[in-house]
Amino acid sequence: MREKILNYIQHNSRIDLADLAMMLGTDKAAVMNELEKMENEHIICGYPTLINWDKTDVEKVSALIEVRVTPQRGMGFDKVAERIYNYPEVDAVYLISGSYDFMVSIEGHTLREVADFVSAKLSPLDSVLSTQTNFVLKKYKDHGIIMAEKNVDEREKVSL
Amino acid sequence: MRNPLNKVITEIKPSGIRKFFDIVAEMPEAISLGVGEPDFDTPWKVRDEAIYSLERGRTFYTSNSGLKELRVEISDFLERHYGLKYDPIKEMLMTVGGSEGIDVALRAMLDPGDEVLIPQPCYVSYDPCTILAGGVPVPINLKEENDFRLKPEELEAAITDKSKILIMPFPNNPTGAVMEREDLEPIVEIVKKHDLFVLTDEIYSELSYTGKDHVSIASFPGMKERTIYINGFSKSHAMTGWRLGYVCAPEIVIQQMTKIHQFAIMCAPTTSQYAAITAIRDCDEDVANMREEYNDRRRYLLNRFKQMNVKCFEPFGAFYIFPSIAEFGMTSEEFCTKLLKEKEVAVVPGTAFGDSGEGNVRISYAYSLENLKKAMDRIEEFINELRK
Ligand SMILES: Cc1ncc(COP(=O)(O)O)c(C=O)c1O
Repeated sequence: MREKILNYIQHNSRIDLADLAMMLGTDKAAVMNELEKMENEHIICGYPTLINWDKTDVEKVSALIEVRVTPQRGMGFDKVAERIYNYPEVDAVYLISGSYDFMVSIEGHTLREVADFVSAKLSPLDSVLSTQTNFVLKKYKDHGIIMAEKNVDEREKVSL
Repeated sequence: MRNPLNKVITEIKPSGIRKFFDIVAEMPEAISLGVGEPDFDTPWKVRDEAIYSLERGRTFYTSNSGLKELRVEISDFLERHYGLKYDPIKEMLMTVGGSEGIDVALRAMLDPGDEVLIPQPCYVSYDPCTILAGGVPVPINLKEENDFRLKPEELEAAITDKSKILIMPFPNNPTGAVMEREDLEPIVEIVKKHDLFVLTDEIYSELSYTGKDHVSIASFPGMKERTIYINGFSKSHAMTGWRLGYVCAPEIVIQQMTKIHQFAIMCAPTTSQYAAITAIRDCDEDVANMREEYNDRRRYLLNRFKQMNVKCFEPFGAFYIFPSIAEFGMTSEEFCTKLLKEKEVAVVPGTAFGDSGEGNVRISYAYSLENLKKAMDRIEEFINELRK
């Protein structure tokens, strides 16, 4: 049941729990109970909303920054990652295999803000060797969802 | 001027529920639960393969029987999934959907006056295709109390000396009924006893929710030689518009079918055939995911009808549920028309699929949960008003 609940809420965290229960052949209380357990176990870490900021008046700039670092003695990469992810501007931090170490996703209101973050906060960190900033020009798809308009059902109304 | 038309075709009645269709057409805003095709898009890798085949300039005819590579893959698939063993060269024909397979099989097998036993409610093409092939359709009216499964007594009672083919439309459109191994066993015995052939339309075989493997009647000992097996990509792989299906049958039947197919069609669509190689080889997981989601929606609808106290047998196949509306004292068509006019929800009268569909309506769950919920809320309102 867990996996199925997760599959559904991953795509729609606002799904009606009574409906979900009916699909899974159980009752609402059981689903709520399972959700609560998964929240406590930190399997479910939050319920954020996917927003297409381009359609609002709010200015948003995001960038993917490739970061090379020297891991710290005894702590490996985790300590360095912590220094980075604690900045509120930072959206996501991934440890990566390949030619650099971290992929850091950051979001700001202006290009300037993002650039300042990199030059004033990220780059000066002791363990950071180099950074390469890639600004996002357009988001086509995020979290499995295509950002363009919803497509309409073009099938005939009735077919046998 | 002389009458330009053929008598047989002019005498075939158009769908009995044409009036209903006309009203649906006038109400573009209505929510529909009326379609018999998947809401999923064809898996992207299949579409990608089609694009690639076009880029490569594969825009020629294939052989009349279809691409050999595809037939070999289908043969593997049938063995892997249903334990069926068909020779991809001699016992298989690629067709323009299961639809063409049904038509061509009947034309290749029927002589004037031969009777075709057709369990109903069922898909709409068996009856007219039988007539066009010179045969005589003999309906067998299936009963809700038997979960719309074919019972041996019902079959026995319909057989005459002229009976030649039994159509086996399971998993069933419109009822969602399936036939499990225990249900098929006695049918197989009767088929052999009366020397009948079986045309089994297993287009929904991948959409079965019994928790057990789908069982094909062709897999019973002694049945392969008397079975025409129809399947295709429309429902399992969400490929209705690609128009691709296949028939597996004894070599002598395939030979004659290939003749008709060759003269009438030439070959199944080439682009679709190339794409289908990927569908049949690499898409088991995509199909499983779709099946899982259909099954969740099926449970959702069943539970909704249970809460409304509407009688509804549990369907275990396809993507339809077939609740009973007999308690409201209307015909299926009256019920559907009233529902459409008052609540703007389109569902299909059971009688579109044969007289024994009277008293039921077909609801398709090839729709998003959001859509199903909205439509079911309106149906619930409608039913509450009728019960007042
Ligand atoms: C039972 C059944 N058989 C055959 C078909 C025809 O499918 P296709 O010609 O797309 O393969 C349908 C389509 O609705 C069906 O429901």
